[in-house]
Amino acid sequence: MTTTEQSETLVTQDMIDAKGVWGAETISYPVGASDIRKWAIATYWPEKPPQIFWDEEHSQATRWGSIIAPRDFNPFTWPVDRPKRASAGPVPGQTPKKGENILNGGQQDSFFAPIRPGDVVTSKTRLSHWNEREGRHGLTIFTFTETEWHNQDGELVKRRISTGVRY
Amino acid sequence: MAYNLYFEDVEVGQEVPPVVRETDFMNWNRYAAVNEEFVYLHMDDAVAKAAGQGEAFGMGNLRWAYVMNSLQDWIGDEAEVRDLSMQFRAINKKHETLTTQATVTEKKVEEGENRVYLDVNVVNQEGVQGAPGKAIVVLPSKG
Repeated sequence: MTTTEQSETLVTQDMIDAKGVWGAETISYPVGASDIRKWAIATYWPEKPPQIFWDEEHSQATRWGSIIAPRDFNPFTWPVDRPKRASAGPVPGQTPKKGENILNGGQQDSFFAPIRPGDVVTSKTRLSHWNEREGRHGLTIFTFTETEWHNQDGELVKRRISTGVRY
Repeated sequence: MAYNLYFEDVEVGQEVPPVVRETDFMNWNRYAAVNEEFVYLHMDDAVAKAAGQGEAFGMGNLRWAYVMNSLQDWIGDEAEVRDLSMQFRAINKKHETLTTQATVTEKKVEEGENRVYLDVNVVNQEGVQGAPGKAIVVLPSKG
């Protein structure tokens, strides 16, 4: 394949191999009430977050019976073991090559069981499909990835289709 | 806050009270910490410029959180946001004032749930709507 041909697509063999195949499951640490409180403070900052996210006494009187996490809470942060991840975009001192610029294009989520302190969440992900087109930054690929989260009781927590943008 | 409103009280065209945020590293760094989202594009102007984005910019998922919070605050902490989808079309530049938008487009009983459908977005101080999307919230009934 010539250089010219290589620049005509941002689809890689890894993507072709991964399409439609569920990857290995990721299991969260048990969610801490403090994790939830910090998340709520960060996303509501500078306003005070609602009590359901940090006040156990208040939350026990609700239909949930405990603190719950905001629906956008991510329980998979700060693992000790660092799994190999795809590049998170360009780095200082380097001119990014074609295809190394990455943006978050958005997502479509459905929410079911709430996350509570003590929950252990399992995630699985697969590459669904992609499309390429010319954009503001030249050839751009949009990849669509499906993710499902379940809690320790097997309840569905969330379904997501996320859009990655690479150019 | 428990249930803030009931299905019967919602009308098509109704607007959700907005969340308004002036955004810069004070917002972004807190979010980076809890979401472990340490990406140079959100931290380093030179890297963002090299990537064709002008300067470091905010996380799409933080705008997502602002819309989520506006919906949750509207419905109360015992009602549920069932679906949320957004496209991050424009970036969130430093020192922008962002305002969430959510407008009721439909309401119906579906799969045993009282569902309210909304169009959502996040607009900056110049009126640029940078994150269009849709949401569904589930509300209790007075009946």
